Amino acid sequence: MSSELSQPTGEATRDWMIVFEGVEKRFGDHVVLSELDFAVRPGEHVTLIGPSGSGKTTILRLLMTLEKVNAGTIHVGGECLSHVRRNDQLVPADEKHCRRVRKKIGMVFQQFNLFPNMTVRGNLIEAPTRVLGLSKAEANARAEELLEMVGLGEKIDAHPTQLSGGQQQRVAIARALAMRPDVLLLDEVTSALDPELVAGVLKLLHDIGETTDITILCVTHEMGFARDFSHRVMMFDGGRVIEDAAPEELFTEPRQQRTRDFLRAVLERH
Amino acid sequence: MLPDNLGTFLSVLWEGVPETVIATVGGIALTIVASFVAGLALLSPSRTVRVISRIYVEGLRGTSEVVQLFWLFFALPILVGFQIVPLWGGIIVLGLNHGAYGAEIVRGSVQSVPRAQYEGAIALSLSPAARMRRVILPQAIVEMIPPFNNLFIQLLKSSSLLSFVFVNEVTRQGQAVLVPLFTAQSFTILLLVLLIYLVLALIITAVMRLLERMASTRLGRRPSEQARRKRVTGAV
Repeated sequence: MSSELSQPTGEATRDWMIVFEGVEKRFGDHVVLSELDFAVRPGEHVTLIGPSGSGKTTILRLLMTLEKVNAGTIHVGGECLSHVRRNDQLVPADEKHCRRVRKKIGMVFQQFNLFPNMTVRGNLIEAPTRVLGLSKAEANARAEELLEMVGLGEKIDAHPTQLSGGQQQRVAIARALAMRPDVLLLDEVTSALDPELVAGVLKLLHDIGETTDITILCVTHEMGFARDFSHRVMMFDGGRVIEDAAPEELFTEPRQQRTRDFLRAVLERH
Repeated sequence: MLPDNLGTFLSVLWEGVPETVIATVGGIALTIVASFVAGLALLSPSRTVRVISRIYVEGLRGTSEVVQLFWLFFALPILVGFQIVPLWGGIIVLGLNHGAYGAEIVRGSVQSVPRAQYEGAIALSLSPAARMRRVILPQAIVEMIPPFNNLFIQLLKSSSLLSFVFVNEVTRQGQAVLVPLFTAQSFTILLLVLLIYLVLALIITAVMRLLERMASTRLGRRPSEQARRKRVTGAV
């Protein structure tokens, strides 16, 4: 490996919240991402678009350490997420290292993934008390505040199964924020919702984007939201970034034919 | 049928009930412990741990329970030089044997919890132990209860094997005490023995149903009774 990679906390990575360098991800023989390089600034909102199977969700899953890279490195907040140094060599990160670094990162899933064996309150205070070491009182105060913010203050003692999809997703967003992450990953968070519930969740995310300085990486098919919300949009195809531009530019004057085709197909469907 | 003998039969059989109940409850307690230890070990990231657990499961599941019991009572004392109290020995054999079956129940139920639940727990940085204890197991336990109900009833019935090693439980009270005295009424005596097992089995089922309802309520699911009916109707 090059000497660059063995110096993960150099100047270059300091100005960036997320850095992918030469990342490759395969599932068996199927190459999902190849030689992927990109970087995201602190506080930036980046939306990943592209046809399904283009590797967008895989990028979020790599950041959440739900998948491991086959090659290349990932840095988050100046720290290497994918590898650790051992005897002057970079080796794939172990569970212990992942656990430490992933605290900076939160994720909201398409299917919410709330824990059905806990109330809404339990879902929100479990990790802050257990992982961050907050007291019950502190965690409860934070949970109440966040639920108020997502408009579900009165549902704190409800069971997740008693909530609508939109409400469950709001709880999931509050649960991710309760960990005070530096980076928030949004994986098609409105795709499983009934159409009439989508707008409310998107409005909430928009407000979160406006009022916090969290770095947000978002995979979505909601192009209107991508346009309003993002500072940058990256178009993926075949495991590579084929276009990376401000939303005004990418949505109005896409440079790549592939991007134009994709946008036309998506807009027709909606 | 002689009604005056019926009282004698019942009182003699009744004397065996405590032993049967102790063997069953003790066996169930050990089964639960063995099932969870071995079942979770089957899912361990360490190959060595998995192999050890697999040897236990296949070893006890694949050999005769009666021979295990005989081995513990008649062979082991020759080796170690002392005899285990029969009831305790019975509990050990019942518990370890059924624990081998229970390990597969635990493993299967844990694996049936959706992958998304693990991922939700990872995304919140919960440690592997907290993921299992706080998120996965509480959901898996609901799935475990019905198969464990079967297993516990089988264990209750297997407790009659303890009559072979001279534990004065219900079967022995009937077979070795009453039948030789009232051979002509064997039909009635053994029918009473069967009924006692049936009543005990129904008690186990009632307790397990209650536990299942409690566990499903905690997960915010519909009451299991309704769910079951719905599933059966759907299947037909």
